[in-house]
Amino acid sequence: MKQDALPQAAWTGTGKTNSVLSRLVDACRVIARNHLALFGLFIVSVGVFTAIFAPYLATHDPYEINIADRLQPPSLEHWLGTDFLGRDTYSRIVFGARTAFEIATGAVLLGALLGIPLGAIAGFAGRWVDSTIMRFMDAIMAFPGRLLAIALVASAGGGFASLYIALGLSSIPSTARIVRSAVLSQKEREYVEAARMTGESDFTILFFQILPNCLSPLLVRLSLEFAHVILAESSLSFLGLGLPPPTPSWGLMLKEVTPFLQLQPVAAFFPGLTISLIILGFNLLGDGLRDIFDPRQYER
Amino acid sequence: MLGSYVVRRLLQLIPVLILVSLAVFLLVRVIPGDPVLVMLGIDPDERGRISEEQYRVVQHQLGLDRPIYVQYLNWADKIIHGDFGLSLASRRPIFEIIFERYPATLYLTATALFVGLIIAIPAGVIAAIRQNTRLDYAAMGFALWGVAMPDFWFALMLIVLFSVKLGWFPSIGYTSPFESPVLFLQHAFLPAIVMGTELAAPLTRYVRAEMLEQLKQDYVRTAWAKGLPSRMVIVKHALRNSLIAAVTVVGLQTARLLGGATIIETVFSWPGVGRLLIDGIYARDYPIVQGAVLLIAVTYVFINLIVDLFYKWLDPRIKLE
Repeated sequence: MKQDALPQAAWTGTGKTNSVLSRLVDACRVIARNHLALFGLFIVSVGVFTAIFAPYLATHDPYEINIADRLQPPSLEHWLGTDFLGRDTYSRIVFGARTAFEIATGAVLLGALLGIPLGAIAGFAGRWVDSTIMRFMDAIMAFPGRLLAIALVASAGGGFASLYIALGLSSIPSTARIVRSAVLSQKEREYVEAARMTGESDFTILFFQILPNCLSPLLVRLSLEFAHVILAESSLSFLGLGLPPPTPSWGLMLKEVTPFLQLQPVAAFFPGLTISLIILGFNLLGDGLRDIFDPRQYER
Repeated sequence: MLGSYVVRRLLQLIPVLILVSLAVFLLVRVIPGDPVLVMLGIDPDERGRISEEQYRVVQHQLGLDRPIYVQYLNWADKIIHGDFGLSLASRRPIFEIIFERYPATLYLTATALFVGLIIAIPAGVIAAIRQNTRLDYAAMGFALWGVAMPDFWFALMLIVLFSVKLGWFPSIGYTSPFESPVLFLQHAFLPAIVMGTELAAPLTRYVRAEMLEQLKQDYVRTAWAKGLPSRMVIVKHALRNSLIAAVTVVGLQTARLLGGATIIETVFSWPGVGRLLIDGIYARDYPIVQGAVLLIAVTYVFINLIVDLFYKWLDPRIKLE
């Protein structure tokens, strides 16, 4: 029942604030009950906070080389030890958060900017437009896992711009698919019929009436997409195909200490643990959001 | 009915395969710089290494002086006939090199699949029948952590523990299972654990959810009521039906492993197609990169199709659309 309330409000323009507010309150209630989602939100918030305030949280310059102190174990001076050039691991992890979120935000935004309209148009137009767009999406999805991103950075070279494009393009199909199915479920609803009768154009109906009602599944997808992109960026940087040294990137940090595993195994431990935690955070948050937006949750 | 569905699915694959091949063909074209120099493996600033006449000959030989759609059609025609061109580094046919490497990838994937199944099925079943107990939480914790953990980091941690500290397993190398099964298992153990965990983490969650669903069904209740022993109810009834649904997840994950073993093969120096691809990228051997990417993508598409058809055949209740 509640799910119908929002589209109605969106169309008539009345009671919209109330509906959105009550939905937000409901969402907060569900998330407060879902401890895992709360934990996910906490991890992601810590990650975002670290990325924003990196210069204040770091204890050393992340680029400062100090060969005399190379491959040190954790100590009071270097909380998480040092890498093969004597750089402070903790400070590099802190600045690495900035790199990870920068790449993830750019790539997820690019994927959403292209994926949302493509999925929306496919779902709304149907017929040959739908099949043409979806065949393109199938073709992108034919490259399993990180293969497309690997192939693209192999051609275009590493660096920020190329990673935005490679990871953004790889995330288009999943976003497009989610939006398409959400649009399909909305387009036969009464408020769309009503908007048609008042003479609204297809463009207005799709982008201003239907799309705002597809936000819930999209938010879940975008949260999971952040996790995918952060993992993919670290993988590419680990392979030496992503960001160039001396950028503080978690994947690159792991690549750089790999030859020294025998001398200082701890050096590889913390960057990987950070990646795992951030991905766990986004996954838990995504699962939690899914629970929130599942209408069955409201009735409990 | 299944026959016409198979035909329809095969027809749907044609545009996808054309687009995939087009994307792979264009890969070399989007590389900044001159494609002739790229295909020769020469840096743009070393252009002087070849004369203008040599340049034109190579350009003609590679067909790069023709319109781009003609180049694509010629390339696609060769690919269909199994001619992937020559490797820039070794001057050997790419088709030959890739199929030399393919068995290593297959053996590793098969071992990882085995590891994944022996972890996920018992873990999922135990978690379901002991729902909301410590065992359940442990299994779900493993599943959540397994999905979040980067595979290459897990690989490094295993190397530190089992190769560096304990010295139980080698961290690099490969022996064919037909040459020496024991040596093969020694080398495959660590990479198979990493890839198996990658498969087991989502599968455990899936098996658990399916088992919980099945255990609630009337036929299970009837089986309990009849007084059948627990093992029989769980294994013969509930698990069997849960696994039918799990086939899709196993199939898709296996296809992903087969195609996505690039990093793990690189970390463990496993001589499969994934490592061939990465080595090709490092060496700027673009024909190898094209061949490996195309082969991995096409394998993935076909495994997806087979999984889909197998699932439909296995469970006749699934509607053929």
